[in-house]
Amino acid sequence: MSSLHQIKGGRSRPSLPSFMVGQARPGVGSPAILALLLTPGLIIVAAFFLIPMALVAMRVANGPDGFATYFIILTNGRYFASLMQTLVMSAGVTVTALVLCGICGLFLVRNRFAGRNVITALLTLPLSFPGTVVGFMVIMLAGRQGVIGSVTDALFGDKLVFAYNIAGLFIGYLYFSIPRVILAVMASAEKLDPQLEEAARSLGAPTWRVIKDVILPGLMPGLISSGAICFATAMGAFGTAFTLATDIDVLPMVIYTEFTRNANVAVAAALSIALGLLTWAVLTAVRCFAGNTATSGTGGGA
Amino acid sequence: MQRDAKFYAQLLLTIVLCLFIVVPVVMSALAGVTVNVFKGLSSGLTLRWIFQVWDLYAHSILLSVMIALACLVVTLVAGVPLAYVLVRRPGRLTRIFEELLTLPVAIPGLALALALLITYGGVSGYRSSWLFILTGHVLFTLPFMVRSVAAVMAAMDIKMLEEGAASLGAGFWRRFFTVIIPNAKPGILAGALMVVTLSIGEFNLTWMLHTPLTKTLPVGLADAYASMRLEVGSAYTLIFFVLIMPLLIAMQALAQRGKRPRKRTDTAEDTL
Repeated sequence: MSSLHQIKGGRSRPSLPSFMVGQARPGVGSPAILALLLTPGLIIVAAFFLIPMALVAMRVANGPDGFATYFIILTNGRYFASLMQTLVMSAGVTVTALVLCGICGLFLVRNRFAGRNVITALLTLPLSFPGTVVGFMVIMLAGRQGVIGSVTDALFGDKLVFAYNIAGLFIGYLYFSIPRVILAVMASAEKLDPQLEEAARSLGAPTWRVIKDVILPGLMPGLISSGAICFATAMGAFGTAFTLATDIDVLPMVIYTEFTRNANVAVAAALSIALGLLTWAVLTAVRCFAGNTATSGTGGGA
Repeated sequence: MQRDAKFYAQLLLTIVLCLFIVVPVVMSALAGVTVNVFKGLSSGLTLRWIFQVWDLYAHSILLSVMIALACLVVTLVAGVPLAYVLVRRPGRLTRIFEELLTLPVAIPGLALALALLITYGGVSGYRSSWLFILTGHVLFTLPFMVRSVAAVMAAMDIKMLEEGAASLGAGFWRRFFTVIIPNAKPGILAGALMVVTLSIGEFNLTWMLHTPLTKTLPVGLADAYASMRLEVGSAYTLIFFVLIMPLLIAMQALAQRGKRPRKRTDTAEDTL
């Protein structure tokens, strides 16, 4: 049997000699054609992304405070507090979403029961709801006419309303994070090998050890990458805070008020550059880190 | 299969999470067709609010659909060739470009909008037209199209297909349009659905870029939430759901269909 494989392998390999492959390559697309293919994308990225970003950076430097404006997010107490609040909130939402979706996603992949597909479809429903709609959903849930208010009113005679403060914002961010994270968790859970788990169990590992040593490392790449996206979205989310209103000082809202109400373009630009850089840095760091765990994870599995 | 307490605890959590997502959607859909939300469903059902929304915001809704379709055309023309080059010529330059391309996703929409405003805000004919909003949407959605198409192209044996076609005498453009694009169709379709859905729902950028004459659907939504009765806001949300739901269902169906054959090839490779 193995010798047959060797013969097959031995015959198939020389049938595609390298010089023939090499001959076919020039036809793949001459440099001119490749350049032509790249042109529309290059124009879009250069004209509407690179140049505007460069202009913004210059605008900040030419502002009343010059380069110092870049550090205003650290030096100005109000901006710094807002940055911290946004960071803590985004991290909190990310962790909560990862835990909840980790449990539910794994459950949905591992078990087959009536209504499973419906539940999966419903959980991914808000995937492309704009921030404003998410904000409205929070109002429906926890606003003055919301479900939670009505239920607590009926049970305890006291209307519980928390849509319009930071708790409402947290709920809103969780609302749009769940679909993204659950999809990623389910995708990585499908790749997990149940046999590994059985092996660990048969060797006498208790449940928590199975989770810690077998399941979590397998899910990790999916959790990390979806967590990063979740974090980045929460950092930049604007529509939800905008709909819920008023006195929530997350960074995007601060940028918006600086730009529109105070016409403070240089500060708004500096703040948005800081926000963009921070988000990008987190995403990149996580991608590098996730790349490492992904390879070590498969290495450990093998 | 044994179903113990753990199973039911997990099921309960899943159902609670599901209710968390679905209850507000159902509530707002119902509120959109209720005569008076404060009195509840007993006040009766009506389509009045829906008609009112249509009278007030038909222009915004149609503008959003138009921008989404235009955005789709631009991302197709720019994104599919881009994905092809990125997959076919992997190198340091293409990797840098790929990184650059995904930046607009990582950078908050607000910052992007600010940059566009500072750069092109003075060009009056452009600033006040819907093309300005289209620009923002293209920047935001292009990475999704490229990534979706590139993923499918990377999974198929694009080189062998092209060599086969080339050995039969097909020139580059013939190969591109009759071999590569048909084979990348699942990725193109998934990317297209994604682009249209994202463009219809985009708010962060659009809110900064819009003018009173170029209001899109989500901008109108924010407007309705802020200044209209709860019923009108709900009715508007209902229209948005009706518009976006077929796209979401199509996306899920596509993902489901894509999963099955891939699984089969996986196992085939394993046994080999």
